[in-house]
Amino acid sequence: MTENGDATPLVKLENVNKHFGALHVLKDINLTVSRGEVLVVIGPSGGGKSTLCRTVNRLETIDGGRIVFDGQPLPDEGRGLARLRADVGMVFQSFNLFAHKTIRENVTLGPIRVRRKSREEADRRAMELLERVGIAAQADKYPAQLSGGQQQRVAIARALAMDPKMILFDEPTSALDPEMVQEVLDVMVSLAREGMTMMVVTHEMGFARRAANRVVFMADGQVVEENSPDEFFGAPRTDRAKDFLSKILTH
Amino acid sequence: MDTSTLFDFSPLVQDFDKIIAGFWATIRLTVMSAVLALVLGTVLAAMRVAPTPVLRWAGAAYVNVVRNTPLTLVLILCALGLSDAMQLTFSDEPSTNYYWWAVTGLSAYTAAFVCEALRSGINTVSVGQAEAARAIGLTFTQSLRLVVLPQAFRTVISPLGSILIALTKNTTIVIVGSYIEAAAQMKQMFDDYGGTIPIFLGFAFGYMVLTLPTGFFFGWLAKRMAVAR
Repeated sequence: MTENGDATPLVKLENVNKHFGALHVLKDINLTVSRGEVLVVIGPSGGGKSTLCRTVNRLETIDGGRIVFDGQPLPDEGRGLARLRADVGMVFQSFNLFAHKTIRENVTLGPIRVRRKSREEADRRAMELLERVGIAAQADKYPAQLSGGQQQRVAIARALAMDPKMILFDEPTSALDPEMVQEVLDVMVSLAREGMTMMVVTHEMGFARRAANRVVFMADGQVVEENSPDEFFGAPRTDRAKDFLSKILTH
Repeated sequence: MDTSTLFDFSPLVQDFDKIIAGFWATIRLTVMSAVLALVLGTVLAAMRVAPTPVLRWAGAAYVNVVRNTPLTLVLILCALGLSDAMQLTFSDEPSTNYYWWAVTGLSAYTAAFVCEALRSGINTVSVGQAEAARAIGLTFTQSLRLVVLPQAFRTVISPLGSILIALTKNTTIVIVGSYIEAAAQMKQMFDDYGGTIPIFLGFAFGYMVLTLPTGFFFGWLAKRMAVAR
Protein backbone atom coordinates (compact mmCIF):
# COMPACT_ATOMS: atom_id res chain seq x y z
CA MET A 1 0.00 0.00 0.00
CA THR A 2 2.83 2.40 0.76
CA GLU A 3 3.95 3.60 -2.60
CA ASN A 4 6.93 5.67 -1.56
CA GLY A 5 8.18 2.98 0.79
CA ASP A 6 7.57 5.01 3.95
CA ALA A 7 6.22 2.57 6.48
CA THR A 8 4.86 5.06 9.05
CA PRO A 9 1.17 5.72 8.52
CA LEU A 10 0.18 9.24 7.49
CA VAL A 11 -2.73 9.30 9.91
CA LYS A 12 -3.08 7.31 13.10
CA LEU A 13 -6.11 7.48 15.36
CA GLU A 14 -5.64 5.92 18.81
CA ASN A 15 -8.62 5.26 21.08
CA VAL A 16 -10.44 8.32 19.80
CA ASN A 17 -13.63 9.20 21.66
CA LYS A 18 -16.09 11.98 21.10
CA HIS A 19 -19.43 12.97 22.62
CA PHE A 20 -22.08 15.39 21.45
CA GLY A 21 -23.68 16.04 24.81
CA ALA A 22 -25.00 12.69 25.98
CA LEU A 23 -24.48 11.10 22.56
CA HIS A 24 -21.31 9.01 22.29
CA VAL A 25 -20.55 9.53 18.57
CA LEU A 26 -17.06 8.05 18.37
CA LYS A 27 -16.24 5.04 20.54
CA ASP A 28 -12.61 4.00 20.92
CA ILE A 29 -11.71 4.41 17.27
CA ASN A 30 -8.38 2.94 16.22
CA LEU A 31 -7.55 3.51 12.60
CA THR A 32 -4.58 4.22 10.37
CA VAL A 33 -4.32 5.62 6.89
CA SER A 34 -1.13 4.79 5.01
CA ARG A 35 0.52 7.07 2.49
CA GLY A 36 -1.07 6.69 -0.91
CA GLU A 37 -3.98 4.73 0.49
CA VAL A 38 -7.61 5.32 -0.39
CA LEU A 39 -9.73 4.56 2.64
CA VAL A 40 -13.48 4.52 2.15
CA VAL A 41 -15.70 4.88 5.20
CA ILE A 42 -19.25 3.64 4.77
CA GLY A 43 -22.14 2.91 7.07
CA PRO A 44 -25.62 4.02 8.10
CA SER A 45 -26.43 7.67 8.71
CA GLY A 46 -25.68 8.91 12.20
CA GLY A 47 -23.00 6.28 12.64
CA GLY A 48 -20.20 8.82 13.13
CA LYS A 49 -18.58 8.68 9.66
CA SER A 50 -18.58 12.42 8.99
CA THR A 51 -17.52 13.22 12.54
CA LEU A 52 -14.62 10.81 12.19
CA CYS A 53 -13.56 12.43 8.94
CA ARG A 54 -13.74 15.91 10.46
CA THR A 55 -11.61 15.01 13.46
CA VAL A 56 -8.62 14.39 11.18
CA ASN A 57 -8.20 18.14 10.46
CA ARG A 58 -9.71 19.03 13.83
CA LEU A 59 -12.85 20.67 12.51
CA GLU A 60 -14.23 18.45 15.28
CA THR A 61 -12.29 18.27 18.52
CA ILE A 62 -12.05 14.96 20.35
CA ASP A 63 -12.66 14.18 24.03
CA GLY A 64 -10.26 11.30 24.39
CA GLY A 65 -7.45 9.45 22.66
CA ARG A 66 -5.13 11.05 20.16
CA ILE A 67 -4.63 11.64 16.47
CA VAL A 68 -1.20 11.71 14.88
CA PHE A 69 -0.73 13.21 11.44
CA ASP A 70 2.56 12.70 9.62
CA GLY A 71 4.32 11.82 12.87
CA GLN A 72 2.98 14.81 14.83
CA PRO A 73 0.03 14.88 17.24
CA LEU A 74 -2.63 17.34 16.03
CA PRO A 75 -1.94 20.83 17.44
CA ASP A 76 -4.65 22.26 19.69
CA GLU A 77 -5.19 25.68 18.16
CA GLY A 78 -3.47 28.60 16.49
CA ARG A 79 -0.85 28.67 13.78
CA GLY A 80 0.27 25.09 14.24
CA LEU A 81 -3.25 23.91 13.56
CA ALA A 82 -3.58 26.22 10.55
CA ARG A 83 -0.35 24.76 9.13
CA LEU A 84 -1.66 21.24 9.59
CA ARG A 85 -4.92 22.08 7.86
CA ALA A 86 -3.02 23.52 4.91
CA ASP A 87 -1.58 20.02 4.42
CA VAL A 88 -4.94 18.26 4.71
CA GLY A 89 -7.37 19.06 1.92
CA MET A 90 -11.07 18.88 2.63
CA VAL A 91 -14.03 18.51 0.32
CA PHE A 92 -17.41 19.11 1.93
CA GLN A 93 -20.85 17.71 1.22
CA SER A 94 -22.19 21.23 0.57
CA PHE A 95 -19.12 22.37 -1.45
CA ASN A 96 -18.63 25.53 0.67
CA LEU A 97 -17.00 27.52 -2.10
CA PHE A 98 -16.40 31.11 -1.02
CA ALA A 99 -19.58 32.74 -2.28
CA HIS A 100 -18.12 36.24 -2.78
CA LYS A 101 -15.10 35.09 -4.78
CA THR A 102 -14.78 33.91 -8.35
CA ILE A 103 -13.90 30.30 -9.16
CA ARG A 104 -10.31 31.32 -9.85
CA GLU A 105 -10.07 33.28 -6.58
CA ASN A 106 -11.50 30.32 -4.69
CA VAL A 107 -8.62 28.20 -5.93
CA THR A 108 -5.87 30.82 -5.48
CA LEU A 109 -6.84 32.17 -2.03
CA GLY A 110 -5.04 29.46 -0.05
CA PRO A 111 -1.88 29.32 -2.18
CA ILE A 112 -1.52 33.12 -2.01
CA ARG A 113 -2.45 33.71 1.63
CA VAL A 114 -1.20 30.50 3.23
CA ARG A 115 1.55 29.22 0.92
CA ARG A 116 2.71 32.78 0.09
CA LYS A 117 2.88 32.09 -3.63
CA SER A 118 2.87 34.96 -6.11
CA ARG A 119 -0.45 35.76 -7.77
CA GLU A 120 0.93 34.76 -11.20
CA GLU A 121 2.14 31.40 -9.97
CA ALA A 122 -1.09 30.73 -8.08
CA ASP A 123 -3.14 31.74 -11.12
CA ARG A 124 -1.17 29.48 -13.43
CA ARG A 125 -1.54 26.51 -11.10
CA ALA A 126 -5.23 27.27 -10.55
CA MET A 127 -5.90 27.24 -14.30
CA GLU A 128 -4.03 23.91 -14.65
CA LEU A 129 -6.17 22.40 -11.91
CA LEU A 130 -9.41 23.87 -13.25
CA GLU A 131 -8.46 22.51 -16.66
CA ARG A 132 -7.95 19.14 -15.10
CA VAL A 133 -11.37 19.07 -13.44
CA GLY A 134 -12.96 20.51 -16.60
CA ILE A 135 -14.04 23.94 -15.28
CA ALA A 136 -11.39 26.22 -16.81
CA ALA A 137 -13.96 27.98 -19.00
CA GLN A 138 -15.90 29.07 -15.91
CA ALA A 139 -12.90 30.52 -14.03
CA ASP A 140 -14.30 34.04 -13.78
CA LYS A 141 -17.83 33.08 -12.73
CA TYR A 142 -19.11 33.02 -9.17
CA PRO A 143 -19.96 29.74 -7.39
CA ALA A 144 -23.73 30.35 -7.50
CA GLN A 145 -23.54 30.41 -11.32
CA LEU A 146 -22.25 26.82 -11.45
CA SER A 147 -24.08 23.51 -11.09
CA GLY A 148 -23.52 21.40 -7.99
CA GLY A 149 -21.26 18.98 -9.81
CA GLN A 150 -19.16 21.82 -11.19
CA GLN A 151 -18.93 23.44 -7.77
CA GLN A 152 -17.76 20.22 -6.21
CA ARG A 153 -15.08 19.80 -8.87
CA VAL A 154 -13.91 23.34 -8.12
CA ALA A 155 -13.81 22.40 -4.43
CA ILE A 156 -11.52 19.48 -5.33
CA ALA A 157 -9.30 21.84 -7.35
CA ARG A 158 -9.22 24.21 -4.36
CA ALA A 159 -8.04 21.37 -2.14
CA LEU A 160 -5.44 20.24 -4.68
CA ALA A 161 -4.06 23.77 -5.06
CA MET A 162 -2.59 23.51 -1.56
CA ASP A 163 -0.54 20.43 -2.60
CA PRO A 164 -1.99 18.53 0.36
CA LYS A 165 -0.54 15.36 1.83
CA MET A 166 -4.03 13.91 1.90
CA ILE A 167 -7.61 14.89 1.10
CA LEU A 168 -10.66 14.26 3.25
CA PHE A 169 -13.94 13.81 1.37
CA ASP A 170 -17.01 14.23 3.56
CA GLU A 171 -19.90 12.76 1.53
CA PRO A 172 -18.80 14.65 -1.59
CA THR A 173 -21.67 13.45 -3.79
CA SER A 174 -24.55 13.36 -1.31
CA ALA A 175 -25.84 16.84 -2.15
CA LEU A 176 -25.63 16.35 -5.92
CA ASP A 177 -28.31 15.63 -8.48
CA PRO A 178 -27.90 12.04 -9.70
CA GLU A 179 -26.62 12.99 -13.14
CA MET A 180 -23.79 14.99 -11.61
CA VAL A 181 -22.47 12.32 -9.30
CA GLN A 182 -20.38 10.59 -11.95
CA GLU A 183 -18.40 13.66 -13.03
CA VAL A 184 -17.24 14.17 -9.44
CA LEU A 185 -16.49 10.49 -8.89
CA ASP A 186 -14.43 10.41 -12.11
CA VAL A 187 -12.17 13.14 -10.75
CA MET A 188 -11.85 11.29 -7.45
CA VAL A 189 -11.00 8.01 -9.15
CA SER A 190 -8.27 9.66 -11.19
CA LEU A 191 -6.83 11.19 -8.01
CA ALA A 192 -6.87 7.79 -6.36
CA ARG A 193 -5.05 6.27 -9.36
CA GLU A 194 -2.35 8.92 -9.05
CA GLY A 195 -1.63 7.89 -5.49
CA MET A 196 -3.28 10.68 -3.53
CA THR A 197 -3.94 9.67 0.07
CA MET A 198 -7.68 9.90 0.55
CA MET A 199 -10.22 9.33 3.27
CA VAL A 200 -13.64 9.20 1.69
CA VAL A 201 -16.96 9.11 3.53
CA THR A 202 -19.49 8.08 0.93
CA HIS A 203 -22.56 6.08 0.04
CA GLU A 204 -21.21 5.39 -3.45
CA MET A 205 -20.51 1.67 -3.35
CA GLY A 206 -19.36 1.75 -6.98
CA PHE A 207 -16.61 4.19 -6.06
CA ALA A 208 -15.62 2.09 -3.07
CA ARG A 209 -15.29 -0.99 -5.27
CA ARG A 210 -13.42 0.80 -8.01
CA ALA A 211 -10.99 3.00 -6.08
CA ALA A 212 -10.71 1.93 -2.44
CA ASN A 213 -7.75 0.06 -1.03
CA ARG A 214 -9.64 -0.56 2.17
CA VAL A 215 -13.20 -0.20 3.37
CA VAL A 216 -14.13 0.72 6.93
CA PHE A 217 -17.70 0.01 7.97
CA MET A 218 -18.89 2.24 10.80
CA ALA A 219 -22.09 2.01 12.81
CA ASP A 220 -23.13 3.45 16.17
CA GLY A 221 -19.83 5.25 16.58
CA GLN A 222 -17.70 2.14 16.20
CA VAL A 223 -15.59 0.59 13.48
CA VAL A 224 -17.54 -2.61 12.97
CA GLU A 225 -15.60 -4.07 10.08
CA GLU A 226 -12.44 -3.27 8.16
CA ASN A 227 -11.52 -5.10 5.00
CA SER A 228 -10.54 -4.94 1.34
CA PRO A 229 -13.42 -3.86 -0.87
CA ASP A 230 -13.70 -7.24 -2.60
CA GLU A 231 -13.93 -9.14 0.66
CA PHE A 232 -16.17 -6.58 2.33
CA PHE A 233 -18.72 -6.47 -0.46
CA GLY A 234 -18.32 -10.14 -1.38
CA ALA A 235 -18.30 -11.67 2.07
CA PRO A 236 -19.09 -9.29 4.91
CA ARG A 237 -18.19 -10.84 8.24
CA THR A 238 -20.56 -9.08 10.62
CA ASP A 239 -24.35 -9.18 10.71
CA ARG A 240 -24.47 -5.39 10.96
CA ALA A 241 -22.58 -5.04 7.68
CA LYS A 242 -24.62 -7.78 5.98
CA ASP A 243 -27.81 -6.04 7.04
CA PHE A 244 -26.54 -2.66 5.78
CA LEU A 245 -25.38 -4.04 2.44
CA SER A 246 -28.60 -5.96 1.86
CA LYS A 247 -30.53 -2.73 2.30
CA ILE A 248 -28.52 -0.65 -0.14
CA LEU A 249 -27.58 -3.21 -2.79
CA THR A 250 -30.96 -4.83 -3.43
CA HIS A 251 -32.64 -1.90 -5.17
CA MET B 1 -47.97 88.48 17.28
CA ASP B 2 -46.76 89.72 13.96
CA THR B 3 -47.56 86.91 11.58
CA SER B 4 -45.20 88.25 8.93
CA THR B 5 -42.13 86.94 10.87
CA LEU B 6 -43.68 83.45 10.87
CA PHE B 7 -43.32 83.33 7.10
CA ASP B 8 -40.19 85.40 6.78
CA PHE B 9 -37.44 83.39 5.04
CA SER B 10 -35.00 86.31 4.96
CA PRO B 11 -32.93 85.19 8.02
CA LEU B 12 -31.95 82.10 6.03
CA VAL B 13 -30.60 84.35 3.30
CA GLN B 14 -28.92 86.79 5.65
CA ASP B 15 -27.11 84.11 7.63
CA PHE B 16 -26.53 81.81 4.68
CA ASP B 17 -22.75 81.76 5.23
CA LYS B 18 -23.16 80.76 8.87
CA ILE B 19 -25.66 78.06 7.97
CA ILE B 20 -23.29 76.59 5.38
CA ALA B 21 -20.47 76.74 7.93
CA GLY B 22 -22.74 74.95 10.43
CA PHE B 23 -23.58 72.16 7.99
CA TRP B 24 -19.95 71.89 6.95
CA ALA B 25 -19.16 71.24 10.62
CA THR B 26 -21.93 68.62 10.66
CA ILE B 27 -20.41 66.92 7.63
CA ARG B 28 -16.93 66.95 9.12
CA LEU B 29 -18.26 65.41 12.34
CA THR B 30 -20.28 62.78 10.48
CA VAL B 31 -17.60 61.63 8.07
CA MET B 32 -14.80 61.37 10.63
CA SER B 33 -17.06 59.68 13.20
CA ALA B 34 -18.42 57.28 10.57
CA VAL B 35 -14.93 56.15 9.55
CA LEU B 36 -13.77 55.67 13.12
CA ALA B 37 -17.04 53.97 14.16
CA LEU B 38 -16.72 51.55 11.25
CA VAL B 39 -13.17 50.63 12.23
CA LEU B 40 -13.92 50.33 15.94
CA GLY B 41 -17.22 48.53 15.29
CA THR B 42 -15.46 45.97 13.09
CA VAL B 43 -12.83 45.35 15.75
CA LEU B 44 -15.59 44.93 18.37
CA ALA B 45 -17.51 42.51 16.14
CA ALA B 46 -14.32 40.48 15.61
CA MET B 47 -13.81 40.40 19.37
CA ARG B 48 -17.38 39.22 19.94
CA VAL B 49 -16.90 36.18 17.68
CA ALA B 50 -13.30 35.46 18.72
CA PRO B 51 -12.38 32.05 20.13
CA THR B 52 -10.83 33.73 23.22
CA PRO B 53 -13.43 34.16 26.02
CA VAL B 54 -11.73 37.30 27.40
CA LEU B 55 -12.08 39.09 24.05
CA ARG B 56 -15.70 38.01 23.68
CA TRP B 57 -16.45 39.24 27.20
CA ALA B 58 -14.71 42.59 26.65
CA GLY B 59 -16.54 43.16 23.36
CA ALA B 60 -19.91 42.34 24.90
CA ALA B 61 -19.21 44.55 27.94
CA TYR B 62 -18.30 47.51 25.74
CA VAL B 63 -21.39 47.16 23.57
CA ASN B 64 -23.76 46.76 26.49
CA VAL B 65 -22.38 49.71 28.44
CA VAL B 66 -22.10 52.16 25.53
CA ARG B 67 -25.29 51.17 23.74
CA ASN B 68 -27.31 51.68 26.91
CA THR B 69 -25.87 55.07 27.79
CA PRO B 70 -27.69 58.11 26.31
CA LEU B 71 -25.55 59.84 23.69
CA THR B 72 -26.05 63.16 25.51
CA LEU B 73 -24.31 61.70 28.56
CA VAL B 74 -21.49 60.28 26.45
CA LEU B 75 -20.87 63.68 24.84
CA ILE B 76 -21.10 65.55 28.15
CA LEU B 77 -18.62 63.10 29.62
CA CYS B 78 -16.27 63.81 26.72
CA ALA B 79 -16.57 67.61 26.63
CA LEU B 80 -17.18 68.54 30.27
CA GLY B 81 -15.68 65.54 32.03
CA LEU B 82 -12.64 64.38 30.12
CA SER B 83 -11.79 67.63 28.35
CA ASP B 84 -12.72 70.41 30.80
CA ALA B 85 -12.55 68.74 34.19
CA MET B 86 -9.68 66.34 33.57
CA GLN B 87 -7.87 68.65 31.16
CA LEU B 88 -7.35 65.92 28.58
CA THR B 89 -7.20 68.04 25.43
CA PHE B 90 -6.50 67.26 21.80
CA SER B 91 -5.44 70.82 21.06
CA ASP B 92 -5.06 74.26 22.67
CA GLU B 93 -7.44 75.61 20.04
CA PRO B 94 -10.91 75.10 21.66
CA SER B 95 -12.79 74.43 18.42
CA THR B 96 -10.26 71.78 17.38
CA ASN B 97 -10.29 70.26 20.84
CA TYR B 98 -14.06 70.07 21.09
CA TYR B 99 -14.31 68.78 17.51
CA TRP B 100 -12.14 65.80 18.35
CA TRP B 101 -13.91 65.15 21.64
CA ALA B 102 -17.23 65.23 19.78
CA VAL B 103 -15.83 62.81 17.19
CA THR B 104 -14.58 60.56 20.00
CA GLY B 105 -17.97 60.46 21.69
CA LEU B 106 -19.93 59.97 18.47
CA SER B 107 -17.70 57.24 17.10
CA ALA B 108 -17.43 55.39 20.44
CA TYR B 109 -21.22 55.42 20.68
CA THR B 110 -21.94 54.53 17.03
CA ALA B 111 -19.34 51.74 17.03
CA ALA B 112 -21.55 49.73 19.40
CA PHE B 113 -24.35 49.79 16.82
CA VAL B 114 -22.00 49.04 13.92
CA CYS B 115 -20.71 46.06 15.91
CA GLU B 116 -24.17 44.64 16.47
CA ALA B 117 -25.22 45.14 12.84
CA LEU B 118 -22.05 43.40 11.67
CA ARG B 119 -22.52 40.58 14.14
CA SER B 120 -25.96 39.88 12.73
CA GLY B 121 -24.31 39.89 9.29
CA ILE B 122 -21.72 37.39 10.46
CA ASN B 123 -24.55 35.14 11.63
CA THR B 124 -25.99 35.05 8.11
CA VAL B 125 -22.72 33.66 6.69
CA SER B 126 -22.99 29.88 6.79
CA VAL B 127 -20.71 27.95 9.13
CA GLY B 128 -19.45 26.05 6.08
CA GLN B 129 -17.78 29.20 4.73
CA ALA B 130 -15.69 29.57 7.87
CA GLU B 131 -14.97 25.84 7.96
CA ALA B 132 -13.78 25.88 4.35
CA ALA B 133 -11.58 28.88 5.16
CA ARG B 134 -10.03 27.11 8.13
CA ALA B 135 -9.70 23.89 6.15
CA ILE B 136 -7.33 25.50 3.63
CA GLY B 137 -5.14 26.69 6.49
CA LEU B 138 -6.27 30.27 7.00
CA THR B 139 -5.89 31.48 10.59
CA PHE B 140 -8.88 32.77 12.55
CA THR B 141 -8.17 36.40 11.68
CA GLN B 142 -7.54 35.57 8.02
CA SER B 143 -10.81 33.64 7.78
CA LEU B 144 -12.63 36.56 9.34
CA ARG B 145 -10.93 39.18 7.17
CA LEU B 146 -10.91 37.36 3.84
CA VAL B 147 -14.03 35.20 3.92
CA VAL B 148 -16.51 35.94 6.68
CA LEU B 149 -16.45 39.74 7.09
CA PRO B 150 -16.58 40.60 3.35
CA GLN B 151 -19.78 38.54 3.09
CA ALA B 152 -21.14 39.83 6.40
CA PHE B 153 -20.59 43.47 5.34
CA ARG B 154 -22.54 42.96 2.14
CA THR B 155 -25.60 41.67 3.97
CA VAL B 156 -25.67 44.60 6.41
CA ILE B 157 -25.08 47.50 4.02
CA SER B 158 -28.68 48.72 4.44
CA PRO B 159 -28.63 48.70 8.26
CA LEU B 160 -25.20 50.38 8.16
CA GLY B 161 -26.80 53.09 6.01
CA SER B 162 -29.47 53.58 8.69
CA ILE B 163 -26.77 53.82 11.33
CA LEU B 164 -24.96 56.46 9.26
CA ILE B 165 -28.17 58.46 8.88
CA ALA B 166 -28.76 58.21 12.63
CA LEU B 167 -25.18 59.37 13.18
CA THR B 168 -25.72 62.38 10.92
CA LYS B 169 -28.72 63.41 12.99
CA ASN B 170 -27.02 62.51 16.27
CA THR B 171 -24.39 65.16 15.55
CA THR B 172 -27.04 67.70 16.65
CA ILE B 173 -26.49 66.52 20.21
CA VAL B 174 -22.91 67.78 20.01
CA ILE B 175 -24.55 71.08 21.02
CA VAL B 176 -23.93 69.89 24.61
CA GLY B 177 -20.28 69.35 23.76
CA SER B 178 -19.38 72.97 23.05
CA TYR B 179 -18.83 72.49 19.31
CA ILE B 180 -20.75 74.65 16.82
CA GLU B 181 -22.45 72.65 14.08
CA ALA B 182 -25.74 73.13 12.21
CA ALA B 183 -28.09 72.60 15.17
CA ALA B 184 -26.09 74.98 17.34
CA GLN B 185 -26.27 77.50 14.50
CA MET B 186 -30.04 77.04 14.34
CA LYS B 187 -30.36 77.67 18.07
CA GLN B 188 -28.23 80.80 17.66
CA MET B 189 -30.54 82.04 14.90
CA PHE B 190 -33.62 81.33 17.01
CA ASP B 191 -32.02 83.54 19.66
CA ASP B 192 -31.20 86.27 17.12
CA TYR B 193 -34.42 86.28 15.09
CA GLY B 194 -36.96 84.49 17.26
CA GLY B 195 -38.03 80.89 16.76
CA THR B 196 -39.66 81.05 13.38
CA ILE B 197 -40.91 78.22 11.25
CA PRO B 198 -38.87 79.23 8.16
CA ILE B 199 -35.59 78.83 10.05
CA PHE B 200 -36.69 75.45 11.27
CA LEU B 201 -37.75 74.42 7.76
CA GLY B 202 -34.47 75.62 6.33
CA PHE B 203 -32.43 73.48 8.72
CA ALA B 204 -34.72 70.45 8.41
CA PHE B 205 -34.25 70.69 4.64
CA GLY B 206 -30.49 70.94 5.14
CA TYR B 207 -30.40 67.66 7.11
CA MET B 208 -32.50 65.95 4.46
CA VAL B 209 -30.06 67.08 1.78
CA LEU B 210 -27.42 65.16 3.73
CA THR B 211 -29.36 62.08 4.76
CA LEU B 212 -31.68 61.28 1.84
CA PRO B 213 -28.83 60.72 -0.66
CA THR B 214 -27.04 58.65 2.01
CA GLY B 215 -30.08 56.37 2.22
CA PHE B 216 -30.43 56.07 -1.55
CA PHE B 217 -26.70 55.43 -1.98
CA PHE B 218 -26.69 52.63 0.59
CA GLY B 219 -29.81 51.09 -0.91
CA TRP B 220 -28.15 51.05 -4.32
CA LEU B 221 -24.90 49.71 -2.85
CA ALA B 222 -26.72 46.90 -1.02
CA LYS B 223 -28.29 45.72 -4.28
CA ARG B 224 -25.05 45.97 -6.21
CA MET B 225 -22.95 44.13 -3.65
CA ALA B 226 -25.41 41.35 -2.81
CA VAL B 227 -23.73 37.94 -2.75
CA ALA B 228 -25.54 35.23 -4.67
CA ARG B 229 -25.76 32.07 -2.60
